[in-house]
Amino acid sequence: MLHFSPWKQVAIIVTCLLGLLLVVPNFVSKETLAQWPRWVPKTQLNLGLDLRGGAHLLLSMEVADVRKDWLNTLRDDARRRLREAKIPFTALGITNNAVQVRLAKAEDTDAALKTLRGLIQQTGNALLGTSITDLEVTKAEGGLIRLAPTEAGLQHRISSAVGAAIETVRRRVDAMGTTEPTIVRQGSSRILVQVPGLHDTAQLEELIGKTARLTFHEVHASTSAEEGRQRPPPGYKVYESEDKEEGAQLLNETPVVRGDELVDAQPGFDQRTNEPIITFRFNNAGARKFGNFTKDHVNRPFAIVLDDKVISAPVIREPILGGSGQISGNFTVETATQLAIQLRSGALPAKLTIIEKRTVGPSLGADSIEAGKLAGIIGGIATIILTILAYGTFGLFACVGLIVHGLLTVALMSLAGSALTLPGIAGLVLGIAMAVDANVLIYERIREEVRAGRTAIAAIDAGFTRAFITIADSQLTTLACALVMFWLGAGPIRGFAVTLTIGICTSIFASVTVVRLLIYYWLNSNKRVHRAIELPV
Amino acid sequence: MRFIPNFKGYDFFPHDLRLPFMRYKGICLALSIVGMALSLLIIGVKGFNYGVDFKGGSMLEVQSVSGPADIAALRDKLGKLGLGAVQIQSFGKPTDVLIRVEQQPGGDAEQQVALKKVTDALAGQYTQLRVELVGPAVSSELRMTGIIAVFAGLLAIVAYVWFRFEWQFALGAIVALTHDVLLVAGIFSLLQLEFDLSIVAALLTILGYSVNDTVVVSDRIRENLRKFKRMDLNELLNLSINETLSRTILTGITAIAVLISLYIFGGEVIRNFNLAMLLGVVIGTYSSIFIAAPLLGYLGVKREWVGKAPKPTGAGAARRARRENVAFK
Repeated sequence: MLHFSPWKQVAIIVTCLLGLLLVVPNFVSKETLAQWPRWVPKTQLNLGLDLRGGAHLLLSMEVADVRKDWLNTLRDDARRRLREAKIPFTALGITNNAVQVRLAKAEDTDAALKTLRGLIQQTGNALLGTSITDLEVTKAEGGLIRLAPTEAGLQHRISSAVGAAIETVRRRVDAMGTTEPTIVRQGSSRILVQVPGLHDTAQLEELIGKTARLTFHEVHASTSAEEGRQRPPPGYKVYESEDKEEGAQLLNETPVVRGDELVDAQPGFDQRTNEPIITFRFNNAGARKFGNFTKDHVNRPFAIVLDDKVISAPVIREPILGGSGQISGNFTVETATQLAIQLRSGALPAKLTIIEKRTVGPSLGADSIEAGKLAGIIGGIATIILTILAYGTFGLFACVGLIVHGLLTVALMSLAGSALTLPGIAGLVLGIAMAVDANVLIYERIREEVRAGRTAIAAIDAGFTRAFITIADSQLTTLACALVMFWLGAGPIRGFAVTLTIGICTSIFASVTVVRLLIYYWLNSNKRVHRAIELPV
Repeated sequence: MRFIPNFKGYDFFPHDLRLPFMRYKGICLALSIVGMALSLLIIGVKGFNYGVDFKGGSMLEVQSVSGPADIAALRDKLGKLGLGAVQIQSFGKPTDVLIRVEQQPGGDAEQQVALKKVTDALAGQYTQLRVELVGPAVSSELRMTGIIAVFAGLLAIVAYVWFRFEWQFALGAIVALTHDVLLVAGIFSLLQLEFDLSIVAALLTILGYSVNDTVVVSDRIRENLRKFKRMDLNELLNLSINETLSRTILTGITAIAVLISLYIFGGEVIRNFNLAMLLGVVIGTYSSIFIAAPLLGYLGVKREWVGKAPKPTGAGAARRARRENVAFK
């Protein structure tokens, strides 16, 4: 029956007022908002990048880099372990995505397998029983031992490399001083970077695109780079220099220390020559490695390599035991500062490529908002006129329901923190048109019941009850569609799906419950003045 | 509430009108099949004018710093960069230009280089309003996602209709929905309008809107099947369509009014999206009246089946329950 308990009435009205309260902050500036009392909600609707302007970059990690890095480390670890176990071997190298060792004596095979299996790491969650081994150590024919990374192990490496890269990218973006950047993982090897308000992405791309892999290498003691170019000794490789004039260096491929062990890097000036330099400091592990190395290599050069290019190869004058040092090269103040930022924000574990980029300038975003507002207002007015024309007083109630629908949709979007995008505005406006449909269904049904000869109250009651089945069916099918969009959606589709979903959820409350309450009040007031109840539909 | 004026709405619809929709169901279905076939043919011959989302490459919306843009000069300048086909067109205002650079051979890095060349060539004369660059890996993924999204949407809807109604209704719905999507896609192919990710969103919404319409009519058919146990099926279908016609038209008019407003005032960026929606609403309204319901006339509905509302315990359980019902009669 058409009846509302007082509690229900209060609940409905409070919900509407709450919606209003949550929407109000969107109409005032941030400054005014700050002065409001603390209990007032201050969340404003989050605008998508296409409306506020900004940059959207999708980065992809080079999986091959991660694999290569791992295999290099693995080879060196294998060499170290075999030497420690005093097992002689004749060859050690990387072939077919695996490390292969040829033992000198076949009878050492079991001992070698045992010591090399110590390199296997269990990754994953042991508690959940999802533990995996990252490496397979197997015996191949002819005294060969193969250390092959497993697919699961590689995935784990990639995953942690992406995690590390996200941190690095975040630090680099923060170093630019932009506001509220979003940096999240997407899929297994991708990173999504969204920077609102940033339009010119050149600097950002440069910072992200640079791998800035800083490494410190041993320089080969006797062979020069020229000789090394002809026949490099095992484990050594010729690295070109940053500027062509200074010679290339023949360096040990395995770095002594990596940039990720660096804790600080600052631009500065050399006290004697006054040229720009970069001072740096290692963490404990890095300092220990660097200290040991410099102790053993006094009066020999070592190379500072950035992105596989030698930037300087100073001679070690004395052991650097404290972990601090300085890099000098042909820097200008700008390049020294830039390099210091890159060093400070850490080394990227692998190269990141930009595979998708979308930027929207602030003026276009503002234009779109204006256009959306205008279209929304005109569309809204058209809807209101049509509804009132068709259903009179009840049409007016439907319009109130529509306004509540709009308020609640915006309120829920502010609460959920989901961004309003350009297609989202269309979704919002379309949601309003769809909400009208609920009222049209109800009112047409009431008219039918009246034509069938029912009394006013019975017709209203039957109209709401019977139309509700249809409304639920039609809203649920649209919801199914919206959820598919959200599930599969990328970019604009997702924004649209969120708005549509929220719109569907609020429309049942606004167009059915609120309108029903209004009709209930209207009936009561008509009864009180003893007016004969005549339906305005 | 006493201060609220009591005024009657204008019931514009002649409710005594009984349009003989079912008499022309053969012609309508034939027309629709021809339409679908034509759409497929056009798509097969002309293909889609894919946007960067699906084709890869880059797109720039730029604004001339001084006066209207000189498109001929721009075309000349960018044509010399050796980036293959560079499409240049005026966009909304005379100062605004849309530039499309096709996907460059090679990988993701090559796309960056091409975009850089274009922005360097434009520097000083044009400001960038919007830049979109999609690499080869992402564009092929988006293409796949787009196709899957439309099919998954279709399946989700059909599953729901099947669950709530009967397989004949679901079949009617799937034909009507496929018709709507195909026709809109066919028009986009015919006019070579840009087909990007937002159009996929529009297609999905059209699915939602059209099934909304179909469900309203189906609901009424189901109700009438229970009410008039002996009425001829074609007559009953015709009655159901006519009874819901006032709602179909009013809702359609409202949706179309809103979409026209969005199309005209909503801005250049989402114009195609709004056009797709507008077409979809018109075609979707048509299909639920002229395809979904008439198809039931051909497929037939077992009358006993709808004797009781299906319990929401899954299609299988509901069907079993109904079968037992029949057996008891």
